[in-house]
Amino acid sequence: MNSEIARMVAKRLVIAVITLLIVSFAVFFATAMLPGDTASILLGQSATPEAVAGLRQAMHLDDPAMLRFLRWGLGFLTGDLGKSYANDMPISVLVSGRFVNTMQLAGITALISIPFALTLGITSAVMQGSLYDRVVTIVTIGVISVPEFMVASTAVLVFAVYLKWLPAISLVNEVHSLYDLLRMYAMPVMTLTFVVSAQIIRMTRAAVIETLSTPYVEMARLKGASRSRIVLRHALPNALGPIVNALALSLSYLIGGVIIIETIFNYPGIAKLMVDAVATRDLPLIQTCAVIFCAGYLILITIADIIAIISNPRLR
Amino acid sequence: MMQSAPSISAATGFFGYRFNPVGVLAFLVILFWTVVALFAPHIAPYPVGKIVDMDYFGPMSAKLWLGSDYLGRDVLSRIIYGARYTLGIALAGVLIASSCGVIFGMAAAVIGGWFDAALSRFMDAMISIPSKLFGLVIVAAVGSSLPALILTLAFIYTPGSYRFARALAVNVNTMDFITVARVRGENTLYLAVSEILPNIIRPVLADFGIRFVFIVLLLSGLSFLGLGVQPPLADWGALVHENIQGLSFGAAAVIAPSLAIASLTISVNLLIDNLPRKIRDRSA
Amino acid sequence: MSTLVEIKNLHVEATTDSGRRIEIIKGVDIEIAKGEIVALIGESGSGKTTIALTLMGYTRPGCRISEGALLIDGKDMATLSERERTKVRGTEVAYVPQSAAAAFNPSQTIMDQVIEVTRIHGLMSPDKARQRAIELFKALSLPSPETIGERYPHQVSGGQLQRLAAAMALIGGPKLVIFDEPTTALDVTTQIDVLKAFKSVMKAGGITGVYVSHDLAVVAQIADRIFVLKGGEVQEEGTTQAILSTPAHPYTQELLSAFEPQETQFAGKRTDKAQPLLVIENVTAGYGRVQEDGLPLVKAVRSVSLSVEKGRNLGIIGESGCGKSTLARCIAGILPASAGNIIFNGKELDHDARRRFHEALREMQIVFQYADTALNPAKPIEDILGRPLTFYHGLNGSARSARIDELLDMVRLPKALRYRHPSELSGGQKQRINFARALAANPKLIICDEITSALDTVVAAAIIELLKDLQRELDLSYIFISHDLSVVEAICDEVMVMYRGEKVEHLTREDMKSPAHPYSKLLFSSVPKLDPTWLDTLVLEPELVRQYGGA
Repeated sequence: MNSEIARMVAKRLVIAVITLLIVSFAVFFATAMLPGDTASILLGQSATPEAVAGLRQAMHLDDPAMLRFLRWGLGFLTGDLGKSYANDMPISVLVSGRFVNTMQLAGITALISIPFALTLGITSAVMQGSLYDRVVTIVTIGVISVPEFMVASTAVLVFAVYLKWLPAISLVNEVHSLYDLLRMYAMPVMTLTFVVSAQIIRMTRAAVIETLSTPYVEMARLKGASRSRIVLRHALPNALGPIVNALALSLSYLIGGVIIIETIFNYPGIAKLMVDAVATRDLPLIQTCAVIFCAGYLILITIADIIAIISNPRLR
Repeated sequence: MMQSAPSISAATGFFGYRFNPVGVLAFLVILFWTVVALFAPHIAPYPVGKIVDMDYFGPMSAKLWLGSDYLGRDVLSRIIYGARYTLGIALAGVLIASSCGVIFGMAAAVIGGWFDAALSRFMDAMISIPSKLFGLVIVAAVGSSLPALILTLAFIYTPGSYRFARALAVNVNTMDFITVARVRGENTLYLAVSEILPNIIRPVLADFGIRFVFIVLLLSGLSFLGLGVQPPLADWGALVHENIQGLSFGAAAVIAPSLAIASLTISVNLLIDNLPRKIRDRSA
Repeated sequence: MSTLVEIKNLHVEATTDSGRRIEIIKGVDIEIAKGEIVALIGESGSGKTTIALTLMGYTRPGCRISEGALLIDGKDMATLSERERTKVRGTEVAYVPQSAAAAFNPSQTIMDQVIEVTRIHGLMSPDKARQRAIELFKALSLPSPETIGERYPHQVSGGQLQRLAAAMALIGGPKLVIFDEPTTALDVTTQIDVLKAFKSVMKAGGITGVYVSHDLAVVAQIADRIFVLKGGEVQEEGTTQAILSTPAHPYTQELLSAFEPQETQFAGKRTDKAQPLLVIENVTAGYGRVQEDGLPLVKAVRSVSLSVEKGRNLGIIGESGCGKSTLARCIAGILPASAGNIIFNGKELDHDARRRFHEALREMQIVFQYADTALNPAKPIEDILGRPLTFYHGLNGSARSARIDELLDMVRLPKALRYRHPSELSGGQKQRINFARALAANPKLIICDEITSALDTVVAAAIIELLKDLQRELDLSYIFISHDLSVVEAICDEVMVMYRGEKVEHLTREDMKSPAHPYSKLLFSSVPKLDPTWLDTLVLEPELVRQYGGA
């Protein structure tokens, strides 16, 4: 790896870290702006002013915002995530179990949707204008245009209510066999796969169509290259950058989708935890979940960008 | 001199524009919902909060076209009133987001320098937060009142509009006719408004439509999670939220609001893709 | 000699974006004998590239062959199936594209792409293919032929890429090679090497060729027969000698006369008494970080001095990258100079246009090369012309409208054009509007930055005539920048030659016949003449070529 690439990668990493700092500050700032005082919320309606003042002091709520942010940040890095207001449990305990669940859901979805969507995206681009392409495009646009809960509720209607093949709600604790496991995961994964695949298909298709209309692809055609050769050797290597970018962007939709899917199927993941936390105004929990999501997303986006940098032949 | 070539097939259109049937249909759907939203109190068959059915999730009948909801209220009326909130909030949000984005984007492109760099860095950071997540966090902070929702949605989608408008403006900025105007001695405001803006207005309007769809979807998503429009008011997403138990019965109360949302978003998408195009009679 | 190619009554249709179908090739007949090199010459839109591509059975998206036969060695490309056509491409018919830089895949090595034809059609083993490629590289006079294949396209210059594209076409041992304007994007000095290389390889192998171009002089060097095209139809055909010396068709005659612009009265010798309109002293400008001496890292213009007198024209000539456009922008204040003085009408000007007085900005106008980007597409012509009138002279209402009519008259355009938008105008018309906008300011000096380079020869010649007329009528001075020597010779009283940011020589009209500086000598002698024997008899001092020219 030559120095030019190393420099660009390092620059990208620095930007990622700075972005993470800005984002976590934004999250902290937004949640700390809550009208209404955290201490009085905790103590309830019957609290005396002295008790409230005492709690405020104990929680360092009167310190300047920057100081509170730094203290919270430090705690985050050292693993001390504080205590959840609503559940009165250490956040780290709450989060870790749920985090694993969400990772499983996201992981399985990614494993299924990425190959599926890439194939559909590439083939529909190659066969642009054909009936197959038009069907794929219409279905994709349909899925993208509607809210995720509609895709989910349609799936529930079709598979749980009319066909009665799958359960409508996921109960993690009642899994006794592989069959049960499959049945439980089927609906959430299927719905999430639809949502994420649609995004990937659309962006991949656009990227491949763009590379197929370049002059060097026309030149390959004029040399008598077959269609498969053109796609595999000329179009795809140059579409790699935009495709990886598309995959990274679709992660954003994966996160959004996970939030809805976990809620509608009652799946015990970290997204549902966060939604509940917002409903109960459980600040520390909200902050933690938000930063975990953002950090994870930023890491994956940065990896995608770095892959794009490395695969650019002009820098070698 | 233009080469006039003999045409083999004639062009069609009204007033020199070519109308696409799909685009026309999409436009009619959007017009329909706009009218419904504007005249809701005059169209709804029943008052929106009134319980009209003894049954919960009653079936579709001549009296209640879409049946009743989980409390026995008329679903059709609630959807008609819900149109006001879905369309109203989304429209307000997208107007703010698009105008802020365009103004800041053009300013950044024309002024350049540290202003552009700092603003773009900040906007990039904001974009890197997934929108539903951002929505959750801000709603947790500022609550779900109508103004708060509008401003939240506007805030989340301004960076995207900014980035798009700025990219367009930067592109136009490099054109020679801008250099000509600059060398003439024109000031920044003239350059932005008179030279750049007319060239970016069409793509910006398309982006406006796309952004509207995003905002409708996010608003509906938040309402679905119970964090958007709060009772007694209800937008379409909130209607799905409160009637979610009806899903196991296949009740219209939960399907109809979803279909309403879908009809709106799909129509806007289709309209953008199928805008009437001016027929340009140019030979190859 | 037997016939290799027979095009009979070819018709090609295109579908415009409004859905109309129009004919772009209207019944063309062409015959080419084996071993012949035939030229298809015409301006843009004449259909020459379309015809060339149909020889490979290929049409660009939106076009199709509606009628006619395309016989290559007996096979009709128009009726073959797509699969059979792909078999022919690369093996029997090969294509050298106009922009080699775009035709190479940026993420593959050059060698892989050059031998790809042999891999696709299974012509020979990869090792043999590589050897053959290296032989071709040598025959085409490419530098380091053994190793150049290992590089990526972006690491190689334009002229080299063009020759590599030719190697890519020849490696399949085709019977017919189609050259699509291959030297249009190259500098004159590079063009010579490339042309010589093509010619030698084609003649040595007895390969039939089709050479598409708009440049008569280039085509005269390499083609045996010429077909003149306009509007999708053949206007005239004949041997090169016949076309050049006794053209029959009026369009051919027009092309030839456009090539040699008419000379007119020029201003006499300089009078030392008159104060120069513009004086530039030791101007340096460039890009990149500013170093300790106050000068930028990359110096595009190095310590250039010149002067222009009222009513006289100065031409600045040089090849791409010599800094002439940068110098123009310096003078106009668009790219502020880092050092030196710019004195206009006796007053020193600020380096940065933003700090100059409006009067100074008004009296010195600049006209750019590409009228597409120089005119705001969202505004009608009357706004484009009207704005400077309002801005500089405060004209409004009927006075403004009358002046707009005057300006359109001056550039010989119909008054009805004022309601149109730039996209509805042709290239020549747009450039005239560009010029009219400069005139709206009532300037004293107009800097013309390559204004004819993007135009067809006939249209460009008309623009030059217009410039000359206007100069007489309005007592203007021009600084005329170009890489095309013939254009500069047609209009300028004095010429300045630039090379790598420096002024290399200053010539008056008399000196232009015999330049003194070695680079000027090389540049002037590299311009193709209409004499078909010019290329073969051209002798360039190898020392000069090594020092200044070549790719």
